[in-house]
Amino acid sequence: MGKTYSLLLLFALFDLSDHTCENVQEQPEYDLLVIGGGSGGLACAKEAAQFGRKVAVLDYVEPSPPGTKWGLGGTCVNVGCIPKKLMHQAALLGSALKDAQILSLSALFLFHSCSSSLNVRLCCFLPNRKVKYFNVKGSFSDPHTIRGLTKGGKETILTAEKIVIATGGRPKYPIHVAGALEYGITSDDLFWLKESPGKTLVVGASYISLECAGFLTGIGLDTTVMMRSIPLRGFDQQMASLVTEYMESYGTKFLKKCIPTKVEKLESNRLQVTWKNTDSGTEETDSFDTVMWAVGRAPDTKALNLETVGVKTNSETGKIIVDAREATSVPHIYAVGDITEGRPELTPTAIAAGKLLAQRLFGQSSELMDYDNVPTTVFTPLEYGCVGLSEEKAVQCYGSDNIEVYHAYYKPLEFTVAERDATQCYMKMVCLREREQRILGLHFIGPNAGEVIQGFALGIKCGATYPQLMKTIGIHPTCAEEITKLHITKRSGLDATVTGC
Amino acid sequence: AFLHPPPGVTQRELWFMRKLSPSKDMSLKHHKGNPQKLLEMNGHTAVPHSYDYDLIVIGGGSGGLAAAKEAAKYEKKVMVLDFVTPTPLGNSWGLGGTCVNVGCIPKKLMHQAALLGQALQDSRKFGWQFPEEVKHNWMTMTESVQNYIGSLNWGYRVALREKKVTYENAYGEFVQPHTVKATNKRGVEKLYTAERFLIATGERPRYLGIPGDKEYCISSDDLFSLPYCPGKTLVVGASYVALECAGFLAGLGLDVTVMVRSILLRGFDQDMANKIGEYMEEHGIKFIREFVPIKVEQIEEGTPGRLKVTAKSTKGNEVIGGEYNTVLLAIGRDACTRKIGLDKVGVKINEKTGKIPVNDMEQTNVPYIYAIGDILQDRLELTPVAIQAGRLLVQRLYGGATTKCDYVNVPTTVFTPLEYGACGYSEENAIQKFGEENIEVYHSHFWPLEWTVPSRDNNKCYAKIICNIRDNERVIGFHVLGPNAGEVTQGFAAAIKCGLTKEQLDSTIGIHPVCAEVFTTLSVTKRSG
Repeated sequence: MGKTYSLLLLFALFDLSDHTCENVQEQPEYDLLVIGGGSGGLACAKEAAQFGRKVAVLDYVEPSPPGTKWGLGGTCVNVGCIPKKLMHQAALLGSALKDAQILSLSALFLFHSCSSSLNVRLCCFLPNRKVKYFNVKGSFSDPHTIRGLTKGGKETILTAEKIVIATGGRPKYPIHVAGALEYGITSDDLFWLKESPGKTLVVGASYISLECAGFLTGIGLDTTVMMRSIPLRGFDQQMASLVTEYMESYGTKFLKKCIPTKVEKLESNRLQVTWKNTDSGTEETDSFDTVMWAVGRAPDTKALNLETVGVKTNSETGKIIVDAREATSVPHIYAVGDITEGRPELTPTAIAAGKLLAQRLFGQSSELMDYDNVPTTVFTPLEYGCVGLSEEKAVQCYGSDNIEVYHAYYKPLEFTVAERDATQCYMKMVCLREREQRILGLHFIGPNAGEVIQGFALGIKCGATYPQLMKTIGIHPTCAEEITKLHITKRSGLDATVTGC
Repeated sequence: AFLHPPPGVTQRELWFMRKLSPSKDMSLKHHKGNPQKLLEMNGHTAVPHSYDYDLIVIGGGSGGLAAAKEAAKYEKKVMVLDFVTPTPLGNSWGLGGTCVNVGCIPKKLMHQAALLGQALQDSRKFGWQFPEEVKHNWMTMTESVQNYIGSLNWGYRVALREKKVTYENAYGEFVQPHTVKATNKRGVEKLYTAERFLIATGERPRYLGIPGDKEYCISSDDLFSLPYCPGKTLVVGASYVALECAGFLAGLGLDVTVMVRSILLRGFDQDMANKIGEYMEEHGIKFIREFVPIKVEQIEEGTPGRLKVTAKSTKGNEVIGGEYNTVLLAIGRDACTRKIGLDKVGVKINEKTGKIPVNDMEQTNVPYIYAIGDILQDRLELTPVAIQAGRLLVQRLYGGATTKCDYVNVPTTVFTPLEYGACGYSEENAIQKFGEENIEVYHSHFWPLEWTVPSRDNNKCYAKIICNIRDNERVIGFHVLGPNAGEVTQGFAAAIKCGLTKEQLDSTIGIHPVCAEVFTTLSVTKRSG
């Protein structure tokens, strides 16, 4: 089916170009126009340029409410994965200093020297030479025409055969909370702060919230997370609670089942936050130096003028509806990345989807993006990596009688001498119970979880079964080897603590 | 309660007994069999039910212990004999074998100590401030490491007792068919019989056989419990043991020189081995290539003292001298098979290497005697392999299982300063086996994100996979140089076990931003230059 389609598409392309040459006066300037210069958009643009196509990228960063803005590269590079992992690393180094018994002496963290060395690095992100770049805010004026506005209000009109929307998402503000917009910041601002945020309240229970709260705690700040309901919604909940448990023992404070109601600025310049504890029904208050909202992200579609061209969005989420080929309701307009409905909001998926799209549009490919079994990792103080189904989801899909969960609590060797707490170092593998015992999901909490999970994700992609994994010999002494030794089932109720070699 | 500790209990273990279970009765039960009487009764005609044990395991290392514990699960009567012959300098240790006492465990912990040193340097760039001078205390490190090992030794004893495996801290050697003699530290001898035997005696470091080597040099058997900082050190050898030890000693701030006879990391992918060597050189480790020591003399006694090493070129007659505080020999290991009476029962060994040939069921030429671990000929010398082989052997012997140990595609890692993880074929071996035209090598350098801020070592980390073009570009070799290489390699090893192809590798989504994701985007072939 895919092949037939791409052939048809090729004929359509030829047909169309002949047609435009003769009859239409304004031939589209570009073969491909990408709106949004983040990971997905740039990957798509670069790939299309590889096919010798004329490609342009439009990127424009609307400053955040407190005024933070940045260059090309999108969320991941500027205000997402990259700076957060570096900050996480700064916090891990804090633990290393503790292990080396130096932190107790007189170490202190200079936020500024860290963030400035981050920013120097981030600013060097350059686009591909072959791709034309416009620093303009783009919006549709007709299905093939984009009107771009520069910061100064200068207008540029760009026309293209095909258009890809990759504008991503931006952090949400809780608009009903008085003072939220005025006094709060988001992850868009955190990494570019010139000074230490001091005592910080992070509102939300998303991975962004927990990651930020984690590294802020790690660099020695008094940090509190306020959450309304469950942490890491969508992730395996047993793992999620282990992650937060560890954070609590690590020093992050948690205000559970609490909803903020207002933020006020005190004379001391501190921020007084009032919230409602939905458990006790009482109103509580405390003051902070910084309040950061991490209550979710909203797709950045408002400025695009999608209605004019008829690109359909989900009315609830505002995200763009796409099919398996990343095409929107308007056939020559596509969308990739965080802006698309029902797709994982992850940099590598956006990049892969963008590349594959360009290959389908301009190469001979018909390969579709496979959104199943996408691995991911959460850089909380104790990292959490996973691939495939959560236990809840597996139970929901197959029934608890038909799945087998193997699990183990283990102690990383480097924790032993350093006398670090490994209570939450845990892993589990969710398998089908039938004969082959195909692996449905793998979850790992511990140091370097992302590095550990990547290879296993590949195994799962190859259809790995439990017996195959058991035949894999471990690498000693690593944490990852414990995965190849998993043998205690949850069903058995036996103690899952790993002892010795 | 511990005025009379059981024989063979080391000071370290004793400390743990006191610390962990002060109230329990710690006297270890000893088997008081009377094999002589049994032998008389049976007149040497071995009838299975008359043996003292179903299985006697000689060697309480990772493999032997795993097998013994597994056998106990099938309610077999099992005995483990373990005895550590002291090093020339007099060091010995508790139950658990090389890995736990003088191998993987202490070396990874010391490697971690060195990594923390690196972390301290990085952390300034990440915004941490602390007093200029940071010193490393060797004694604090070795004490912590030894305490941890002590807890493991003790844990093994408890585990054996819980599983009702008889343990004797005695040297086991065959004296006649189905019979071993166990000699304890005080020279008391006992005879035990068993239906089956498992030899798992492992290996010990080799000495050079030159004047002064046993008197003045140390081996990895001594290093991890050395009661003083080794100071300026000469590491002799280019094995992974040599490079790992040189790596962490240098990481702790010591002046380290490695003396190499020929190539680094024989048996490993040479492209990777050379990159490891380059990295170590760039990080201050000196290499003296194509020289071998011919004499070691003591200039001054002390802790550490001063030694003079004389070495000779392997190419000509050039002779050089050098002064070091410590000389660490890591030129290889010899199987402990020549002094365990194998000739008495007819078990064949390779006379040259001392290794024991076995069939694919880990059986020696004497049907009731099996062998696992480092002493096997043509098998990998790795802890997890020994454990797996031991467990599977026992499951076949007593559990009706048929699964054999799979020695193919076993992953491993080398804890050099730049860690190395590998699984499957080296490039050389792949070319030899499949022909250069039939393999495709994809490779890429990468720069771990966490190294960017401290602007550390760009273009040093490296990823390489080897694919068999004729077989759907199946991945037959995986190699990575970078932080946490072992953690990265493990999952890929599992995928290779599942028949991973390059296409599947390409269609896997990376995890961002981690080092391992580089493998999902490899596109440059070596052929293309």
